[in-house]
Amino acid sequence: MDDALTIHRLHFAFTITYHYLFPQLTMGLAPLVVVFKSLALWKGDERYNRAARFWAKIFAVNFLFGVVTGIPMEFQFGTNWARFSQFSGGVIATALAMEGVFAFFLESSFLGLFLFGEKRFGQRVHWLAAFMVFAGSWLSGYFIIVTDAWMQRPVGFELAADGTAHLVSFWALLFNEWAFWQYVHNMGGALVTGSFVMAAVGAFYLLSRRQEEYGRLFLKVGVTAAVAASCFQLFPSGDRHGKLIAEHQPATLAAMECLFRTQPGAPLVLVGQPNVAEQKLDNPIHVPKALSFLTYQHWEAEVKGLDAFPRDRWPDNIPLLYYSYHIMVGLGSIFIAVTSVAAFLLWRQRLYGARWMLWILMLSFPFPYIANTAGWMTAELGRQPWLAYGLMRTSEGFSPTVSSGNGLFTLIGFMGMYFVMGVLFLFLMWREVGHGPGFLDGHESKTPPSARILPEGAGA
Amino acid sequence: METLWFILVAFMLVAYAALDGFDLGVGIVHHFVARGEDERRLTLRAIGPVWDGNEVWLIAAAGALFFAFPKLYASSFSGFYLPLMIVLWLLMLRGMGVELRGHVDDPLWRSFFDFIFSAASLLLAVFYGAAVGNVVRGVPLNAEGYFFEALWTDFRVGPAPGILDWYTSLVGLLAFATLTVHGANWLLLKTEGELQERARRVAQKCWWALVSMTASSLAATVYVRPQVLDNFGRHAWGWVIPLAVAASLIFMRYAHARRRDAAAFFSSVVYIAGMLGGAAFAMHPHLLPATTDPSYGLTIYNSRTGAYSLSVGLVWWLLGVALAIGYFTFLYRSFRGKVRPEEGGGGYEAHAGD
Repeated sequence: MDDALTIHRLHFAFTITYHYLFPQLTMGLAPLVVVFKSLALWKGDERYNRAARFWAKIFAVNFLFGVVTGIPMEFQFGTNWARFSQFSGGVIATALAMEGVFAFFLESSFLGLFLFGEKRFGQRVHWLAAFMVFAGSWLSGYFIIVTDAWMQRPVGFELAADGTAHLVSFWALLFNEWAFWQYVHNMGGALVTGSFVMAAVGAFYLLSRRQEEYGRLFLKVGVTAAVAASCFQLFPSGDRHGKLIAEHQPATLAAMECLFRTQPGAPLVLVGQPNVAEQKLDNPIHVPKALSFLTYQHWEAEVKGLDAFPRDRWPDNIPLLYYSYHIMVGLGSIFIAVTSVAAFLLWRQRLYGARWMLWILMLSFPFPYIANTAGWMTAELGRQPWLAYGLMRTSEGFSPTVSSGNGLFTLIGFMGMYFVMGVLFLFLMWREVGHGPGFLDGHESKTPPSARILPEGAGA
Repeated sequence: METLWFILVAFMLVAYAALDGFDLGVGIVHHFVARGEDERRLTLRAIGPVWDGNEVWLIAAAGALFFAFPKLYASSFSGFYLPLMIVLWLLMLRGMGVELRGHVDDPLWRSFFDFIFSAASLLLAVFYGAAVGNVVRGVPLNAEGYFFEALWTDFRVGPAPGILDWYTSLVGLLAFATLTVHGANWLLLKTEGELQERARRVAQKCWWALVSMTASSLAATVYVRPQVLDNFGRHAWGWVIPLAVAASLIFMRYAHARRRDAAAFFSSVVYIAGMLGGAAFAMHPHLLPATTDPSYGLTIYNSRTGAYSLSVGLVWWLLGVALAIGYFTFLYRSFRGKVRPEEGGGGYEAHAGD
């Protein structure tokens, strides 16, 4: 337990993983809130506003937790990874600093207006505020992905005389091809989380027979967004992201697929257990030649295995990388299946009465969180053993003066703090969902059935 | 170019201190000034829509520091590891204190978060002050430009100091006094009636503490680090800064007595800008002096990033900060005027206490 490298890695991994539980929901919900505000303006129906207000409350709590757990991230580059910061600050700090001035100011200013200003400034300003919060949170995502993309595929820099990286092309950094596909894949993932949560709340309301008009609305919007986002994750975003990995990090691709030997017509592994000691996959079930086809559009194409790379360039935890990747892909496939069936039922106007489907939707909302986390673990474990791919090893990047004991102390401190915050968060979410949109002004909605947004049983 | 970025980063830190400073100050005085649920809610409404945006100046300043002086960022953030982690935890607690108290309508729940909010604000003020004290005093840098400071050693200002020694503790208390007055001044602007009167009494009483601590900590600074006077010797115009600080204190007294609330708040902004600006002026071109060997010290020349980055950065920084100032102007104008009990903010806020 006194290995400083391990502790600094765990420190960052734990705090970033916990942090990202919140932004994935806020980034996923933000466009859906804009949808509700737009519907309210367009149709002039107050109930869309109530729906927006309800999700704004969920959004606000998540945003708060995202902000407070996000501040440590901006600091941890320096506190725990000082040598890496010194090495790469000339490049990645451009993206991080731009995130601060362009995105954080935007979202935080307009969030205040969005949460506090509806009555005071009227519906048009409120719509604008909602839109700006959406724009700010999505912009913020882009800058942070640019930072990670540079670590995955360094571009637009040169090594200065003192060995540190200096930026030579601003646009190359900002429009790194890797950043683009990673961004759309990541935002698609956030939308999957946001829409699954919305659908789950909707299903919960229908199953528990309260707030039913809002339950139907949330199901309709949630399921529609979820099916679109889930398919988008497979194609084009996931597919293109995978091809970039094949091109720029072939060793990573081999480890993700647990392909130890270079071969033409490489199979796609569905399940199996990596056995690194004997360099093989135990008990595999695979689709012959499918990996070659998916990667190079050619059934007989040669795919490089781990044997094509020196051992010190292999990702250092191949089983974890392999399982993370397969959990992400497996869950993604299940999402497509579930949301397709739900969307079909919605289209045939049978969803609201299909209790079995409502149960599935209500219980499935944790899985997008797992898939997003597993996806990020795939990206970051796949980057190993490098901090900046091909330039600096992870073992060279941590702070020279911060002892493992101090690192462990603050790691445990964060764990304690985040545990308490997690309990608080779940408690508050449970309360808000329990209240529901119809309770917002203290009593349940008394809208007569005929005037409801979506008549019972109507799907489209 | 290095000097320009030095000024820009200093500007962002001043903006942070002046803006989030009043949120923290409101947090500090929250318990003494606001009595009963209605008044507490009012004081929180006085910062509710803006505190999060104000805090962003800290993140943005840290980002700009990382961008312009990566070596300094790496060295100081790892060297100040323990106090920074404590600051991060306090920032989390403060944020939750502000936002979560209204979510459950229960006196015990609210009192708990009021306490978290006040305690975290108070400790943050002290730690920020101590941080400034550490930077001015210098740290035990090694030949490679790194260091690690324990939270305290023997409380002496020696070659191996701790985060807290007698000097940095003094600066920490000064920051505490400063933000108390600053927060009370903000409440003068935003509230009325009895609540405002109580805030005024706090501001007036703490004014004495502020003046005496300003004088003693400036004297201590000259004693601990006589080099701070060098730049004032070289550029005589620099004396404008201490004069502005003195003038702002005198003017604040006058403004309190005459109930010129906007002027009082303005004078504490000038005071904060003057103190931090003066520190920056005195430090230039040093960023982090060494208590070990003076040649190990970090300056804007040995810590800066590449010239290309700095030039390109100027373009996006000016654009980004111009936009940010635009949003802030819009936001503050939107919420200008006193907070009053009867007007619900609508939407989320009106129902926050359900």
